[in-house]
Amino acid sequence: MKKKSTFEVVVTHLILILACMAVLYPVLWVVKMALSPSQAFSMSLNPFPTEVTLSNFEHLLFHESGGLFFRQLFNSIVVALATTVIGVLLSCTAAYAFSRFRFPGRTVGLASFLITQMFPGVVMAIPLYILLDNLALLNSLTGLILVYSTTSVPFCVWMLKGYFDTIPRDLEEAAIMDGASQWTIFTKVILPLAKPAIVVTALFSFMTAWNEFILAATFLSDEAMFTLPVVLQRFVGDYSTQWGYFAAGAILVSVPVMLLFFRLQKFLVGGLTAGAVKG
Amino acid sequence: MVIVDSGTAFAQRSGKQGAGEEVNLQIWHAYRGAEEAALRKVTASFIEVNPDISVQLLPLPYEAFANRLTSAIPRGHGPDVFIAAHERAGDWSRSGLIAALGEDEAPWASYHPITVDAVTFEGQRYAVPLAYKSIVLFYNADMLEGPPATTDEMIALGRAHTDVRQGRYGLVYEAANFYMHAPWLFGFGGEIFSEDGSLGLDGPGVVKSFEFADRLVNEERIVPEEATNSLVSHLFNSGNAPMAISGPWFLGELQEGLNFKLAPLPIVSETGLRARPLMTVEAAFVSSQSKHPEAARQFARFLAEHDAAVVRALEGLQPVATLSAYDDPRVGEHPLLGVFRAQLDATVPMPNDPRMRSVWEPATQALGQVLRGAFAADLALKQATRRVEIYNRPPPERQDGRPLAIGIIVVLLLAIGYGAYVFRRDGIWAKMKKTYPAYVYLAPAIIGLGVLVAVPFVVGSAVSLFSYREGEFTYVGLANFIDIILSEEYGLRDPLSFYYTLAVTVIWTAANVFLHVSLGLFFALLLRDPWIKMRGIYRVLLIVPWAIPNYITALIWKGMFHKQFGAINALLVWLGAEPVSWFSQFSTAFAANLATNVWLGFPFMMVVTLGALQAIPSDLEEAASVDGASRWQRFRHVTFPLLKPALIPAVVLGTVWTFNMFNIIYLVSGGEPDGSTEILISEAYKWAFTRQEQYGYAAAYAVLIFFVLLGYSFFTGQLKGTDK
Repeated sequence: MKKKSTFEVVVTHLILILACMAVLYPVLWVVKMALSPSQAFSMSLNPFPTEVTLSNFEHLLFHESGGLFFRQLFNSIVVALATTVIGVLLSCTAAYAFSRFRFPGRTVGLASFLITQMFPGVVMAIPLYILLDNLALLNSLTGLILVYSTTSVPFCVWMLKGYFDTIPRDLEEAAIMDGASQWTIFTKVILPLAKPAIVVTALFSFMTAWNEFILAATFLSDEAMFTLPVVLQRFVGDYSTQWGYFAAGAILVSVPVMLLFFRLQKFLVGGLTAGAVKG
Repeated sequence: MVIVDSGTAFAQRSGKQGAGEEVNLQIWHAYRGAEEAALRKVTASFIEVNPDISVQLLPLPYEAFANRLTSAIPRGHGPDVFIAAHERAGDWSRSGLIAALGEDEAPWASYHPITVDAVTFEGQRYAVPLAYKSIVLFYNADMLEGPPATTDEMIALGRAHTDVRQGRYGLVYEAANFYMHAPWLFGFGGEIFSEDGSLGLDGPGVVKSFEFADRLVNEERIVPEEATNSLVSHLFNSGNAPMAISGPWFLGELQEGLNFKLAPLPIVSETGLRARPLMTVEAAFVSSQSKHPEAARQFARFLAEHDAAVVRALEGLQPVATLSAYDDPRVGEHPLLGVFRAQLDATVPMPNDPRMRSVWEPATQALGQVLRGAFAADLALKQATRRVEIYNRPPPERQDGRPLAIGIIVVLLLAIGYGAYVFRRDGIWAKMKKTYPAYVYLAPAIIGLGVLVAVPFVVGSAVSLFSYREGEFTYVGLANFIDIILSEEYGLRDPLSFYYTLAVTVIWTAANVFLHVSLGLFFALLLRDPWIKMRGIYRVLLIVPWAIPNYITALIWKGMFHKQFGAINALLVWLGAEPVSWFSQFSTAFAANLATNVWLGFPFMMVVTLGALQAIPSDLEEAASVDGASRWQRFRHVTFPLLKPALIPAVVLGTVWTFNMFNIIYLVSGGEPDGSTEILISEAYKWAFTRQEQYGYAAAYAVLIFFVLLGYSFFTGQLKGTDK
């Protein structure tokens, strides 16, 4: 890349700083409410806390529902990670089939993955409840994981298939020449090249499971099995909400996501294919 | 004794129990904070007295509560006892979820008679009343010497403390919330249902009460506009309002050190009647499916016994229904509980008539129209009455299901036959054999989706052929669809009309997707170049909106759009513009929804684009730039075409999701003004949950949404995938 002028550098940083400020402005209120001792919703114009206390965090971590926080955090992590792994595995293989094979039923299959996303969830909850009941998976994290991973699969398949399509075939042909099997090509050539897309789909699957509470609150019957979003949603009552706790919880819930993204983003940049495809 | 409230200790009881049957009770509730602690304590003492019964408490989010009861109880997974507000007793008894309690199954005379009436439906008693909740007057004792006795005094006091420019108001309450308005409604002699059961919403008392609210807000200006629960606590806490009207839950939001007192609501000067708020009874219901009904009743009764009631009153600050609790001086002379007790005599129990649920939405809309000056009170209330009638019209007639069943079978057979014909004609079997590895790769995903998505999908859409009333599904054929599509009862431009809502939904989706993609692309392109220092930090900061649960951030955005106290108007005023009343007209309310959803949604598109950019070999772009292409030309002719295959899936799915993005609408504009910013999916939710649980009708909406999206992707060719 050629050298950038100072002007360009300054302008770009200025744009980014302004954007970050605009994006983070509403978030300051979440922080303010989390740190303030009252449970009221903050309406003042000043987004900075006037009184600072960690009591909301303390309550959440050690006292809420008899000190189950770490247990529930563990549940959330298990559910989100398992959803990510299962979701990404299922969709990688499926997307590979859609991208590299021309088989009867391909168009219909691809279309039906998209169609599943079109049916609004409002009418799905009760049938899902009945179904999980029949599979004896109610009140279990397994049931939840299965439901979450299948909801995230269609997006992941479409996303990955789109990305696989951009990977040049020459690489595979070269591998075939070297006597590699279909499976070897998939695992040793395609998957490493598709890392950026896999990271995106993994993040997406993780988020699907991480923030969902309606289904979790409908299926789980044991406080020790709750995931964090269910616990958070409990602060929302019919007439009022305990905003201090909710905000503190919202921050606790979003920190792992940001850490995860921070760790994963190196796969989103760095031009992996650029090096692999020459000529 | 074990109180199994963590579930970890599902006590493996050693032989002590003997051969006797193990009795384990499941209790569901939605209590939080002090009320929950009091319930736990009372439960522990129940177990102490009844060592052979174990009790498991399950605290659930309020939002999932009712839905969960209706799905779990009929399938035998429900609780034995649940604690809920009394007003759903009518529905639940008709749907057979709860068991009636006999004359001798609870000491009815020991509870306050108003609360017993509230849990009585069609002559049967359905629950043990635990506590009652109603709103009262809160006042700042440093600012006022005493509470006003009449509304005239209230207005006079209010005027003395109002200074709109300084953001000071005499009285704060959610004037546009029908529940908060109810005290005036009854105080002016109005009624929601009249004696004979007919709807009384357009009666003269109700009209006068609406005019009174209008006077408070727009003439006297002692009550702020667009007052939300947050604004009420903000103004009262900060000493900018000496009086507030709210309920017991408000106590938890008050700042420490605030010198406040409670008082019953004043007498309405015009009529001489007391302002009477709606009163809700929290009661312990026994499930009809309980395996231990006797133990369950025992537990429900125990919660309302004297000792337990005293604990709940003192520690949970609950205004308890048990009369004898007030003989205890700690309860009877309690400064807060005493006021709720005094207010109780001037309350109206929340009607447990199932029609009540369909009153909220139209009545709230009418109140909003009057307060923002769109309609006169009598006209607004006439329209509201008509809406309630529409929501409560009789269900379509039952139809014979056989023709449809036969039709489906015939279509299925034809499809199978045609499939088999094509199969043989094109030699598909041979082709399939050739590409069999594809099916191996696909199998796991197909099986998973087949079971967990397709089955609920078919069941869910089948519901659209039924009408649901009071726990029973009746087959009505295509009646729901015909009704929605013909839209006979309202004009095309009425927000209830399918076509109006469809148009709003389409504009909503297009605007959102366009902004998500452009902002996402813009930032991804900016954040790609390695010469930008701290790219990693910027990237993480920009995905924050995606990471934080949107329930809270959406409401923060709503607060930012407040006419008087919001940050956006403050910015506009600073720039020299006029403040905008965001939620009183369609265009601005829509813009507020849009801004929130764009803020929430662009980080996702940015992440997708960042990933997709990696598929573009950087040498291509460099080559272009060496050839002298401008930045825009490079983007237009090199980057963008290469991004497309990876972006299209995100755009298509983004479209589908935005089309069904329900909670932003619900949380930010709430459909205001007058339901005009609702989209199809939020309409479906309203039919399912606030308009008489018309699940069949809601499912028909869902199926229509499905077909609209299907049509969209069919015509844009998206279903064929992204191949050229």
